[in-house]
Amino acid sequence: MNDFLAARSQMALSLGFHIIYSCIGMVMPVFMAISHYKYIKTQNPVYKNVTQAWSKGVAIFFATGAVSGTMLSFELGLLWPRFMIHAGPIFGMPFSLEGVAFFIEAIALGFFLYGWNRFNKWFHWATGVMVGVSGILSGILVVSANSWMNSPSGFDYMNGQYLNISPMKAMFNGAWFSEALHMTIAAFSATGFAVAGIHALMIYRKQNVEFHTKAFRIAIVFGAVAAILQPLSGDISAKHAARRQPAKLAAMEAYFHTQTYAPLVIGGIPDTVAKKVNYGVELPGVLSFLVHDNFKQEVKGLDQIPVKDQPNVPVTHYAFQIMVGFGMVMMLIGILYFIAVWKKREWFNKSWFLKLFIYATPLGFIALEAGWTVTEVGRQPWIIQDVMRTADAVTPMPGIQYSFYLFSFVYFTLSLAVIFLLQRQIKMVPEIYDVKK
Amino acid sequence: MLTVVILFLFFAILLYFLLGGADFGAGIIELFTSDNNKHRTRATMYQAIGPIWEANHMWLIIAVVILFVGFPDIYSNMCTYLHIPLLAMLMGIIARGTAFAFRNYDAIKGERTQALYNNIFVYSSFLTPLFLGIIAGSAISRQIDFAATDFLTAYVYSWFNYFSIAVGLFTVALCGFLAAIYLIGEATDEFDVKRFIKKAKVLNAIAFFCGGLVFLAAETLNIHMAHWIFGNRVSLTAVIAASVSLVLLWITVSRGHKQLPRIFAAFQVSMILLSVGYTHYPNFIMGKNGRNLSVLSDHATAGTIDTLGIALLIGSLFILPALFYLFYSFRGKQSLEDFH
Repeated sequence: MNDFLAARSQMALSLGFHIIYSCIGMVMPVFMAISHYKYIKTQNPVYKNVTQAWSKGVAIFFATGAVSGTMLSFELGLLWPRFMIHAGPIFGMPFSLEGVAFFIEAIALGFFLYGWNRFNKWFHWATGVMVGVSGILSGILVVSANSWMNSPSGFDYMNGQYLNISPMKAMFNGAWFSEALHMTIAAFSATGFAVAGIHALMIYRKQNVEFHTKAFRIAIVFGAVAAILQPLSGDISAKHAARRQPAKLAAMEAYFHTQTYAPLVIGGIPDTVAKKVNYGVELPGVLSFLVHDNFKQEVKGLDQIPVKDQPNVPVTHYAFQIMVGFGMVMMLIGILYFIAVWKKREWFNKSWFLKLFIYATPLGFIALEAGWTVTEVGRQPWIIQDVMRTADAVTPMPGIQYSFYLFSFVYFTLSLAVIFLLQRQIKMVPEIYDVKK
Repeated sequence: MLTVVILFLFFAILLYFLLGGADFGAGIIELFTSDNNKHRTRATMYQAIGPIWEANHMWLIIAVVILFVGFPDIYSNMCTYLHIPLLAMLMGIIARGTAFAFRNYDAIKGERTQALYNNIFVYSSFLTPLFLGIIAGSAISRQIDFAATDFLTAYVYSWFNYFSIAVGLFTVALCGFLAAIYLIGEATDEFDVKRFIKKAKVLNAIAFFCGGLVFLAAETLNIHMAHWIFGNRVSLTAVIAASVSLVLLWITVSRGHKQLPRIFAAFQVSMILLSVGYTHYPNFIMGKNGRNLSVLSDHATAGTIDTLGIALLIGSLFILPALFYLFYSFRGKQSLEDFH
């Protein structure tokens, strides 16, 4: 494995794990605050139990997210020093604000976790809300830094020099809103479905049904609403990609030939040599419509982009299909949930209905990882779109593959440990919390 | 605004050293506690740092962010030439942070799993400050060779030398010392108070010894520590202040004070850092052949520094009062058993 590939793999691995820890760490506090609010309002102890059980999940994910985030703030320099030496001062603004938001989150979490029976109940509740708010802010800020790499602004690049740097313009680059919106909604739908799925499993097994039903109801509302909204934000993101990163859009769609009435290809196996997609379903004109709002207008294909500036087409295409496919499934399940709430309350007692949510547990996170792959692989070969190539940013230090092996070991062990701990938390629910069986 | 940013940078490093250092130290003390008393040390430590410990480690993030936004040359070069010790430090941070959380949030307190978390926690509490010290020592050791082409010179000898390692050991000893003094005030009975006082004395002696090692090791690299520390008025004053506060610290400990020794310990360590820091200021990295990176000349352009300074000022308006209230709320020996 060469050093460049090792560095890219290590970064992908680190972000791939960090994204899960941090999404859960920013969304679960919101669920926790809702349940806490219901407890304060109704004084029903089941809500207190749900809040405390979730808060332990938050603590575990915050701790892992905090350390993996610390690792990332160093990995940027350890792996990509030639990128950071130029990019740091330009896109550092959201990182410094994120540092502040993250700090506040840590302080608020200290208050919340250790503050039971110690503070005014509304102050205590508010600290829990602060954990969620600052977590979401952190997420938006970090994504804004990433969007700058996709849509660089706030500087002039002349003769290899980065001049007239404006950190605020860099932060509010053209893609920040669409990317932050898409990521935040994705975090809510993925975490909502994952949490709801676990509680649905426990309801299905008839364990602590009241406890798990209350937890399920809170989580799934967020998951379902987010899943239903996500296609809209996806549409905004795709239009942005078409304008700023035509190579990424073309790779997502495995769209080789520039044409009018551009077709949308669903599924299929891209053949990069013959420049066509085998076994896909083509919907003529739909890509033109999605990008330009009319069925006729020409869409730029891969043939207009030099091969050396193209991302890996099959990877980007497959990832995009997975993201959209699972996103659609989640949206349908979300709609079914609301039909059940408003019209078909008897569904809640049917085992097929519960199974639907149990099977959907990992879908959101698979879609989220696939979407992240689309953004990051689709940006290649650039680390700063059209300005700096990823290959030119890598550290001169050899032997990065060993660092990659080490990080792989650490992240896999860590994830196994987190799963192990969560399992034990769930298993101990009847013992720790005084709830009816 | 550059001054504001530089002040924040040193402030964040100092606070990380004091607060994060005391956290590391608590783990180090646990490592050197007899098995009979380990659970007592652990209980005291959990009460002392449980609520504040995540916040203590945020200072590192703040320092790193200031470095890569405001001083990208310093950040990138450190990351390149000190890649290996940074990696080791990161492994320590991740092992330590997760083991600490896991041992408190494992719903089933099994003997073997707890023993595993404890082991990971105490050993990483030792390794992390060791490598932090090595990194700090290497930054000023004049061993980083910006022109090196071979692997060993560029990436290994930059930090693998007697001086850097001695600084690493000295850092470990100081962290342990800080924690012992801090824990005296948290202990709930006479037995523990005596135990922590004893630990503090031993660690004070070890810190002296390691300090001596740093002096000796410096000579092997032709660095004259005496000149660094006694060569200018500010450093000399700082060293004298540190010594005086050490004496006051022990007087206050023997009189049974809880808060004053902490203040003197923090002051003493701050003075040691000031003494060394001032000698080299504004240089942050001192490399081979007189190639230095300085906070006054190797910084980002004015636009970036101004925005960073404003962000830090506004951020601290939120962080500092909240942090102060967090420390204030969880001071003393209230039981944390309500929740766990």
